[in-house]
Amino acid sequence: MATEGLVRPRLKPAPRAPLAPQQAIDAFARRHRYRWWEALPWAAAIAAYVLFPSYLPLGAQILATILFALSADLVLGYAGIVTLGHAAFFGTGAYTAGILAVHGWGEPITGLLAGTAAAALIGFVSGWIVLRTTGLTLLMQTLVVATLLYEAANKASWLTGGDDGLQGMEVWPIFGQFRFDMFGRTGYLYCLAVLFLCWLFARHIVYSPFGRSLTGIRENVRRMHAIGAPVRRRRLIIYTIAAGLAGTAGALIAQTTGFVGLSFLNLERSGGVLIMLIIGGVGRLYGAFIGVPLYMIAQNRFSEIEPVYWYFWIGLLMVLVVVFARGGILGLSERLRQ
Amino acid sequence: MSNTFAAFVSIGFHGLAFAMVLYLISVGLSVTMGMMGFVNLAHGVFAMLGGYVLTSLMSRMGVPFGLALIAAFLATALGSLILERLLYRRLYGGDELDQVLLTMGLIFMSVAAATYVWGPLQQPMHPPRWLSGQLDFGFRSFPGYRSFLILCGAGLVIGLWLGLERTRFGMKVRAAVDNLRMAQSVGINTSRLFALTFALGSGLAGLGGALGADLLAINPSYALDNLVYFLIVVAVGGLGSIRGPFIAAVLIGIADTGFKYLLPELGAFFIYALTMALLLWRPRGLFGRA
Repeated sequence: MATEGLVRPRLKPAPRAPLAPQQAIDAFARRHRYRWWEALPWAAAIAAYVLFPSYLPLGAQILATILFALSADLVLGYAGIVTLGHAAFFGTGAYTAGILAVHGWGEPITGLLAGTAAAALIGFVSGWIVLRTTGLTLLMQTLVVATLLYEAANKASWLTGGDDGLQGMEVWPIFGQFRFDMFGRTGYLYCLAVLFLCWLFARHIVYSPFGRSLTGIRENVRRMHAIGAPVRRRRLIIYTIAAGLAGTAGALIAQTTGFVGLSFLNLERSGGVLIMLIIGGVGRLYGAFIGVPLYMIAQNRFSEIEPVYWYFWIGLLMVLVVVFARGGILGLSERLRQ
Repeated sequence: MSNTFAAFVSIGFHGLAFAMVLYLISVGLSVTMGMMGFVNLAHGVFAMLGGYVLTSLMSRMGVPFGLALIAAFLATALGSLILERLLYRRLYGGDELDQVLLTMGLIFMSVAAATYVWGPLQQPMHPPRWLSGQLDFGFRSFPGYRSFLILCGAGLVIGLWLGLERTRFGMKVRAAVDNLRMAQSVGINTSRLFALTFALGSGLAGLGGALGADLLAINPSYALDNLVYFLIVVAVGGLGSIRGPFIAAVLIGIADTGFKYLLPELGAFFIYALTMALLLWRPRGLFGRA
């Protein structure tokens, strides 16, 4: 049943009173401006730095994972590409930065950029192949790309450490000044700074004409084809960008934790990021900032008690979110406000 | 008989046995995809359930093999029917992302539930005594259980095809896959048809999981580990097709066995690369409709 691309908006826009022309123009002109509440996540992140000094290593992981989820949101929420293989790019970035650091190049910024570039390259090449298809085939192919990389990392144990993971990374101080300390202060601030820059970039993309055309492709592919938008090229561009950002996130985690393992590339990782995004809300740019901390803090608490059964509750939560709370927490709060 | 030839016969034989298991598990997924457009990633959960039912009935309660197989089929069919009525039905014709999330959630739940009930270890599968030896085919002998798998799979495949071509139920299924709205307009109760087809497809998956319990090891992360295989079979075969997945399963079963035997270093690597290449050439699969 070929239904993709029919008129079926996936995120139902809130019904609003029709605006007068001038108001509409103003609304469009104001759309991309910064609102006061956009500072909230950053204020919270800085407050967390001050208030919970003993949780900074976890905090750094949360920040990097937010970036990972943000990159998934660009693909999924804005371009409407459902992927089960986003971990491929995360893992590529992590392994690139990690392998560099093991082999004597521990400079963090260039390592980060190398991870980003490697992931973007994989994203471009795989996207070129994968994005020709739609639906289940697309889903399967994204999964195959990730599995392919997983197998490659597993077999090339002379380079990646295989099952044991990559060990013995030496990351140099940032700018030759700020050493990664054992309390995770430098790591936390480093992740925060990188996340902020990437968020500015992602926000810029989303509100640009390019971002609008992506939304158009998500909502109605056929019409975008009809008005002459280069659909395939645009999807490939955003796929590559998102892959690069996911690589940045992976490299961040590799550098701050000093470890890369096969779990960076597996299906749980790809599925997990979707779940975190869904809990927060897809296609809203801020879903990642809500879903990831909730998920990871809960995981940190519960998995200490019973690690396996954590999956049961998270699975149940997914089912409930899909059946009752489509749009995640942000979607719920939007509905409550109306 | 030269060694190379013997190796090829052996690869073909084991590959065919693997292909039967893959086909039995995946055919239901192909039909539900084609008919309802539903992305059911949790299909492997039903196969896993079938495997668990079989192994625990046989090893803990001493139920005979044949009866345990029937029980595996019935238990998964019933279980899937309940899930279909409760959850899946709400998302028909809905958003692909929601379907993916729902079924991913079910997979995660199944991992934890299986660990809770059966423990984290792999369930051993002991074929009954009358199948565990070697079977002599005159020119050479083959492992009995694998031969049984191939014969049993072939029987089921022929039965399935005849059922779809010759019975009224099969006719309705084909009509609904071809044109859902038209099928509804001529008075087919598609809601009931969906439920029955879903249960049948899942039951077959359960049967496949049970039969193949020594090929695809039954452990809690079964649905996650093997998801990519099932998806490949369906995507390469073409959605909604009954025969496409069969050809795909045979190709993949034999190629996978062959690569793992001839180039163990690169393992499953080739099969994924091959799949990507094949879908680059035919994005809709071998027998997919335009």
